Amino acid sequence: MSAVAELEPPTTHVSKKSTSGTGREKKVTAETMASRQRDISVSEFFAKNRHLLGFDNPRKALLTTVKEAVDNSLDACEEASILPDITVVIEDLQPERGREVKQSRYRITVVDNGPGIVRKQVENIFGRLLYGSKFHRLKMSRGQQGIGISAAGMYGLITTGKPMMIQTRPDANKKAHHIELAMNTKTNRAEVTVDEETPDFPLQRLRGLTAGTREMSEKGEFLSPKAYPTGTSVTIELEGRYQKGRGSVDEFLELTAIANPHARITFVPPSRESAAEEEDVPLLKGGKRRAEGGTKEGEVAAGGEAAEAPAVVAPAAPVVTTETNGIILFPRAVEELPPETKEIMPHPRGIELGILLQMLKEAEQEEKGYTLYNFLQDKFSRVSANTAGEFCKSVGLTSRTKVGDVDHATAEKLYKEMQESKLPPPPTDCLAPIGVRQLLAGLLKGVRAEFYAASSREAAVYRGRPFLIEAAIAFGGELPTEDSSRVIRFANRVPLLFQQSACSSFKAVGETNWRNYDLQQPRGAAPVGPIVIMIHMASVWVPFTSESKEAVADYDEIRKEMKLALMECGRKLGAYMRKRLKMRREAERRDVFERYIGEISKAVNAINGTDTRKLFDALLAQAKKRTAIADLRLDEDGKKVKEEDPADQEGVIIVGVPNAGTAEPAGGRQAAEPASPSRKRAPGKPDPFAQSKAEAAMLRVAARAKADDDEPTLMDVKQARRAPSKPEKPRPARPAASKKPAAIPAAPPPAAAPIERKPKPKMRLDLRTGKPVPLDDAGGRLF
Amino acid sequence: MAKSKPAAGSVSRRIKERDTRTLRGIVELADDVAKKALGGKEPRVEIPLRTRSNTIWNRKRGILEMGSATAERELFNLNQAKQFMQTCLHARGIKELIEVEKSLSLRGMFYKGLHTVAGTSEKTFTDQDESDGILEDLEVSLGALREELHIFAKKKGTMIGNITIIDSGDEIDCRRMGSGGYAIPSIVEPDVIQFKKCEARFVLHVEKDTVWGRFNEDRFWQEHNCILTEGGGQPSRGVRRLLQRLNSELGLPIYCLLDCDPWGHYIFSVIKQGSISLAFESNRLAIPEAKFIGVRSKDYKACGFTDDVQIKLNDNDIKRAKEIAAYPWFEHHKGWQREIQGLLDNGFKMEVEAMINKGISFVTEEYVPARLKAKDWLE
Repeated sequence: MSAVAELEPPTTHVSKKSTSGTGREKKVTAETMASRQRDISVSEFFAKNRHLLGFDNPRKALLTTVKEAVDNSLDACEEASILPDITVVIEDLQPERGREVKQSRYRITVVDNGPGIVRKQVENIFGRLLYGSKFHRLKMSRGQQGIGISAAGMYGLITTGKPMMIQTRPDANKKAHHIELAMNTKTNRAEVTVDEETPDFPLQRLRGLTAGTREMSEKGEFLSPKAYPTGTSVTIELEGRYQKGRGSVDEFLELTAIANPHARITFVPPSRESAAEEEDVPLLKGGKRRAEGGTKEGEVAAGGEAAEAPAVVAPAAPVVTTETNGIILFPRAVEELPPETKEIMPHPRGIELGILLQMLKEAEQEEKGYTLYNFLQDKFSRVSANTAGEFCKSVGLTSRTKVGDVDHATAEKLYKEMQESKLPPPPTDCLAPIGVRQLLAGLLKGVRAEFYAASSREAAVYRGRPFLIEAAIAFGGELPTEDSSRVIRFANRVPLLFQQSACSSFKAVGETNWRNYDLQQPRGAAPVGPIVIMIHMASVWVPFTSESKEAVADYDEIRKEMKLALMECGRKLGAYMRKRLKMRREAERRDVFERYIGEISKAVNAINGTDTRKLFDALLAQAKKRTAIADLRLDEDGKKVKEEDPADQEGVIIVGVPNAGTAEPAGGRQAAEPASPSRKRAPGKPDPFAQSKAEAAMLRVAARAKADDDEPTLMDVKQARRAPSKPEKPRPARPAASKKPAAIPAAPPPAAAPIERKPKPKMRLDLRTGKPVPLDDAGGRLF
Repeated sequence: MAKSKPAAGSVSRRIKERDTRTLRGIVELADDVAKKALGGKEPRVEIPLRTRSNTIWNRKRGILEMGSATAERELFNLNQAKQFMQTCLHARGIKELIEVEKSLSLRGMFYKGLHTVAGTSEKTFTDQDESDGILEDLEVSLGALREELHIFAKKKGTMIGNITIIDSGDEIDCRRMGSGGYAIPSIVEPDVIQFKKCEARFVLHVEKDTVWGRFNEDRFWQEHNCILTEGGGQPSRGVRRLLQRLNSELGLPIYCLLDCDPWGHYIFSVIKQGSISLAFESNRLAIPEAKFIGVRSKDYKACGFTDDVQIKLNDNDIKRAKEIAAYPWFEHHKGWQREIQGLLDNGFKMEVEAMINKGISFVTEEYVPARLKAKDWLE
């Protein structure tokens, strides 16, 4: 820890920096000032301002480290068309510490089955801040800035003095690289301390870590070399605090699993939680199922049996999060990668003057004699030759004017023209929605409710940037009834865990009138009741309110789309709620009748000797028939309206039959009770029904997924509609470089893939495979 | 108790016939339920409506009669299912009573039918009121009187005066009833009570036993040769039936001394015309000739009462008074319209006991004799 003290002054740094050296006693001249003015290394800046990157406190530091590593892994896998299989291991290195000690030293290891990283890029990727592939492009991806993982490594180095350890195997037939590197904050360069080749990938050591890992390893389900033919493993030691609840690693992984149903995530938490700072609320109550002695349900979904099935078909076994021997497994719920996203040029209406000037300058350097006419067409989306000509004309230039000849005043004029022009909105094929079915599969896996609905909006535009909103809700089941609803937010599939109330999505939830859908709602707040509301924003550039990427900025266009998506889900819920209420009423009514039928039968028997049993049966049969009829009559005020089954709605899953009133056979005649299928819910109890319910639901999903092939509108109209915009051809076999793990099915039949994945024209795997791209700025952002 | 001891063979035979008829009604009801149930139809019981809308004012006879409207009590109706079950339970209970030739009080019937519905924690009856209502329903739907169902109400009301009766075979001299008087049973039908000897020239019915006690202590009935009765507020069916029999069989005029308030007016209305809920029994309960001798609204001034005896009319009283004034049998009755208007004008009520304020025996020695003498009453 002594190293830490040196590197890391304990108090706020910015103010200190500004005041130090400006002592009053000495007269400061321009020269003396000049002598102190020098470059600030970016890494040094962040070492001092680590809160900007989400390392404010030990607990968040732990989370941010896991989050950055997992985000990177998911991005890398998807870019390489590999179904992600990610293992997160957190080891507590001071398990003997006192009970009251709030933090401890942890070793975090995140292993993925991605494409791996070529040796020479390792230092750049992990050892430099602001180095990455995602920053300077308008493309939907999780990371945006290229600071995450290296900052995490730096944080670890600062707090423990231990370098970051990386194992990576880009070639399945060769040994893995083992590199340890420590970042030099002064030079923004990594210093490699160990560089060797090793056959030990994924790390053998981790498999024997706990009883749980040993058990799973024996079954070949934990870090098996077969599942990780290529990939990368990052190990960082840091001071942190592990505690469950809101804003925890557990929550992050649960939500990530929901938004990424195509990923299989295994989590080995540390042996114990840190001393609690406050009572933490568990995230999604009952979301996990504790599997006694390791049930197969989850593994089946991720494992070999699905290999023969086409990629789209959801596994027939229930896919739910399980906990076995302390190891949490978020199984893969869909065997289908998210559609590949395209990179787009900025839209003329989405840029600022400064950026236009910068672009003009760059264009000039790029090519001598570059004309404005060509520049406009090349560097912007939705600018046709015609439009480009009009732009040139409108500012008094011709189509042959060179970029270099555009002066500041003309550029300003051009900028104004651009803002006022009527152009089609930017292309939207750059967005990859999670998709209705995937949303449902994700929620079904992580949240134990009885009703699930999802909707995916068409793409819309804010500030010239395309975005797309998806919403999903889970209702009832084992969710807590009394509490306020839980809003879970995602941006480009990354869960947002903090600053909920500052987020546009939270406002959208509050502004939606949930009372229309039979939910309680305090004025302007989120609804109250057993409901989980999920909002996902996909965009080439998500407007976060701050650098820590915790809340989406409140643009009217975005909020409006969010509300529309929520309302779509709400309507589905409303239909279900009405149906549920109706069924409950019906059950109650039948219950009332059944209760008295026994008494009546006995009384009539005593009076005139009619056979009690016969009478009871006859009356019961009538009661059953009449309750259904009575409801039709009652609900539609005499008007018989065609009943809609809420389950027939698009994007809806209903688990189990809602049946509140439990009809007991009256008169104590169990034998005379031919059918009383209603059953009592026993929340909290591991009832056998839950299993069969989930099974039934999964079978339904599977059935629907199959039906999708013939009838694309049933579950996921959005994707089906998008498909024609891309060439109709089967998904190609994946590049040979990334050998598929056994779990991933072979190239699926064409009909089974509503989303086409184009073969990659070139591997743009900058982050992992390495093609250094010059740093530039985008969107007037700070970094 | 109250096992009827028939006085003569003809009475006994009549009871047998009556019971047979009641039993037949009950079995028919059960048969209908069974037939409909087994035939896939909804079982229902037809029950004549005991509501104001189904009550007809027979101007000619001066009594309220029940109309022909009926309601169907359906099993498959959320609001009626329980009542349907209760009706069946009580029908069964009554059948049992008739078969063992015993009778039960209303409360007794409540307990007879009371048990927990099988498979639930629900009781068949929540309280006696529920049970009483069902029994009244059965009375009207079977077309049988309460006593024909072997059910009686609790004793209410007292009688004393110059009359000898036979009650269940026991001779009772109502002149020798001390300070307590003869308690009027709930069943006073001719097979239970017969009039043996009567010298009385009229009946004075007072509202409450406290006033009755005053009159009895002053030996009012001896002095004026009458029968003195009280009904404990709203008189029960037994009291009304007894008054009706005294009136119709012995030709005794019935004078009523009731409070000067809407409640008193209503009691008189029930005695005279019958009540809405028992309109089906008006024939044997209503006494169209009954007369209201007081307390009158004009008495405050006429008798010179002090302010102290006033009880202010509350909103409810005023509302009630207006309702009563609108009854068809009062609507065109000038005397009653004036009386009720007088009450409203006064703005206060007066109890019969108020007269004690003027003198302990004012009511027995001055007020009532003066009214009777002057024939100053309302019909």
